Amino acid sequence: MADLRDLYQELILEHSKTPRNYRELKEADRKAEGYNPLCGDRFTVYIRMQGDLIQDIAFQGSGCAISKASASMMTQSMKGKTREQAKELFQHFHRTVTGEKNGDSADLGKLTVFAGVAEFPTRVKCATLAWHTLQAALEGKQDSVSTE
Amino acid sequence: MTKVLKMSSSSRQTLTREADLDFDVGRVRADFPILRTRVHGHDLVYLDNAATSQKPRAVIEAISRYYDCDNANIHRGVHYLSERATADYESARKTIQSFLHASRPEEIVFVRGTTEAINLVAQTYGRQHIRAGDEVLITAMEHHSNIVPWQLLCEEKGAKLKVAPINEDGELILEEFERLLGPQTKMVAVSHISNALGTLNPIATIIKMAHAIGIPVLVDGAQAVPRMPLDVQELDCDFYAFSGHKAYGPTGIGALYGKLALLERIPPYQGGGDMISSVTFEKTIYNKVPHKFEAGTPDIAGAVGLGAALEYLNDLGMANIAAHEHELLAYATDVVSAIPGVRLIGTAKEKSGVLSFVMDGVHPHDIGTILDQEGIAIRTGHHCAQPVMEWFGVDATARASFGVYNTKQEIDALARGVEKVRKVFA
Repeated sequence: MADLRDLYQELILEHSKTPRNYRELKEADRKAEGYNPLCGDRFTVYIRMQGDLIQDIAFQGSGCAISKASASMMTQSMKGKTREQAKELFQHFHRTVTGEKNGDSADLGKLTVFAGVAEFPTRVKCATLAWHTLQAALEGKQDSVSTE
Repeated sequence: MTKVLKMSSSSRQTLTREADLDFDVGRVRADFPILRTRVHGHDLVYLDNAATSQKPRAVIEAISRYYDCDNANIHRGVHYLSERATADYESARKTIQSFLHASRPEEIVFVRGTTEAINLVAQTYGRQHIRAGDEVLITAMEHHSNIVPWQLLCEEKGAKLKVAPINEDGELILEEFERLLGPQTKMVAVSHISNALGTLNPIATIIKMAHAIGIPVLVDGAQAVPRMPLDVQELDCDFYAFSGHKAYGPTGIGALYGKLALLERIPPYQGGGDMISSVTFEKTIYNKVPHKFEAGTPDIAGAVGLGAALEYLNDLGMANIAAHEHELLAYATDVVSAIPGVRLIGTAKEKSGVLSFVMDGVHPHDIGTILDQEGIAIRTGHHCAQPVMEWFGVDATARASFGVYNTKQEIDALARGVEKVRKVFA
């Protein structure tokens, strides 16, 4: 049986209450908006690139504890990553929250706290919304990303 | 836990007392096989009735019996089974007629649900009567299904969609509604009970106001049909739409009531078999009302199931059901609003069946997940009423909605669950 404590880990609750990099990034050269029409979660992800590197990243918006904590921790782990590294990290994170494989803690670091999401299939979209949005920003897509 | 119920009127109090004598919720619960389900180690507490209701054995068996004994296509075969299937289908129509107190069975059109019923009226009556510059008047508390069909029509015709505002309790501001009614208004469409807020609209007054200047009124009765006694003749509404699945019947079936004179004058909705009386390549003569609106083989088993559901509700007594749910809502309002950090969304004086709320610092989606772990099913989100969420300045709400089989013990479980949410997020 899924345990609530697997989903609402201390670190997740803490990030949802005090999200990091939660601001508009004035110097952003790319941004994208992500929206989950099912629950109304909505985030904007801002990035500033330096060549192929994500020099700075921030986000704003509203959503549930899972989506907000995921966005917050994503911004922490993405700073200084190349596009390719960012993409790989997302794929790894996605496999972890969908339960395709257990998180390899060496790669994911603190993000392994989201492994519990796999027990709550209806919440996978919450955990990945900001990540899809970042992907869209990196690819320079103009349209709002939707999880539906 | 004992609480004194707050009743909004003494007549309700009398009604509740009388009704409680006949209404045995334990017996009702025994009629619903699904209520025995265990969820995450707990007894299921099903509080998502505004989304869809569970089905009594009588409905499940009626559908099964139809397929076991009577199944055939209707209105055409001369054989035994076709006659039986046709009789079943038309008898379900009569059950709906008497449930709504319509004057004739021809005034009942089978559709897939409320959404299709409203689209039918918009695409037939609407396209026939609404021209550029005309207005369709709705309210700010409508479900998307009573907004988008009118938007589509208005876009096509160059007409305007007008929206009567609501106040901070989620009540329609009647003076504003009346002010928006004018010679340019050609249609009024309004929900009987709001699915997102539970507001019970003063439908009879709204209809009188619109009729005073000759405007027809469509009522979205999706939430009202399973919750209160109805009489479309007394209301004098022109169209009344509802879904079977919210009224303890199957999904995929619902009905549109329309005044006969109106239905006879408006064009068909879809073309096909059963809606014609003769076809040549030059000209088709349409069938009579209501068959004119029922192209193709309908959901016959669904109609049979819906008929069984309404008979079941009749046996329980709609006045009893209304009183039971009123008592549940009053109790839930007391216990849930007493929890620190909880704010109710929708505090109309006249409410029915629905308790929408938000919690400080907790997103409704998280409330939903934590309650689900306790076996409690509620709905979280915008409830297909995004303009309502915007008006209240929230992205979403948590919504508990009640049905014939819910108990005060289940509401106590809800309150304990909400307390647990508070602890997780403390």
